Amino acid sequence: MRRGKVLLQAAAVAVVALLLALLGWQVAQKNSGADLASQIKAGKGPTAPALVLKRLDGDGSVSLASLRGKAVVVNFWASWCGPCKDEAHRLEAAWQRFRSRGVVFLGVDAQDFSSDARTFVGRYGVTYPIVHDGPGSTLGHWGVTGFPETFFVDRRGRLVAKVTGPVKDGELEQNLALALQAT
Amino acid sequence: MIRPPRLLLLLAAVVALLVVLVPPAGANEQHPTLAEIENEVYCPICHEPLAASSSPIAQRMRAFIRQRIGVGQTKSQIEDALVREFGEGVLAAPPKRGFNLLAWLLPLFGLGFATVIVFVLARGWLRSRAEPAATDPASNGRAPLDPEIERRLDEELARFDG
Repeated sequence: MRRGKVLLQAAAVAVVALLLALLGWQVAQKNSGADLASQIKAGKGPTAPALVLKRLDGDGSVSLASLRGKAVVVNFWASWCGPCKDEAHRLEAAWQRFRSRGVVFLGVDAQDFSSDARTFVGRYGVTYPIVHDGPGSTLGHWGVTGFPETFFVDRRGRLVAKVTGPVKDGELEQNLALALQAT
Repeated sequence: MIRPPRLLLLLAAVVALLVVLVPPAGANEQHPTLAEIENEVYCPICHEPLAASSSPIAQRMRAFIRQRIGVGQTKSQIEDALVREFGEGVLAAPPKRGFNLLAWLLPLFGLGFATVIVFVLARGWLRSRAEPAATDPASNGRAPLDPEIERRLDEELARFDG
């Protein structure tokens, strides 16, 4: 009787501990990119989080790791976001200007209807690759808290700069130069 | 033969399973309204029910739901379409299938487990209270006194008698 009671209590404590551990793990996973911005700002060059998503046009998927060796501009956006419309032409123009210099632009459309995103891409004449993340599962890993946010990844896959809000021409060139010069 | 406490536990488990697995009577599967779906779906960026959100994506989702209702889709079809776009996190409650079924069943198991623990503890507590009275006929149904108090009481009584 006494042994049974102890076993019951131990089982109850184990279940509660397991649930707490699961909760902690879930919270840590969701916010793993929370200090990414401060690391970039401090010039620590943290490794860019993994990113593998389906292309918006349905033609396979894109992995950030497969772009190693090139400087990459990763732009998080959504079709319902006003400032994303403001920067769309600027990003496309920069892509056309820099693509011959070993730079890749990658748009991540998140928390958005894919049909709306396709309309947006057509309306603003975006030609660089766009991937779709409807549930927004990558946002926490990258520390993205709003749209648009743009990250600059160097050839070794390290984050060298981040712009919150719509990018300006000067910012694009300055941060791309950083990404290209890093060895 | 099944003893009454076990029968009660079994009945409670069956009722709880029915509550979880059978949809509420008011739910309008074939002809849903915007208000019904708004309360079963979350805004993916503001993490609150769609009914309470006025964000741009919430407004776009409302337009999407209205359009789907307009073409005669069922509630499940509309919610499935939203899940395909935004993942299962868009639903206010996890779907009652696959791994998500655990989210519905675990609280019930927890409740059953807690009931068993309370039952076992209460039975042990009642037994420990009943046992001294049953084994000591001189106690006359009362709880035994502390030996030190009993000794002092005997001394006082002896002095009074003397």
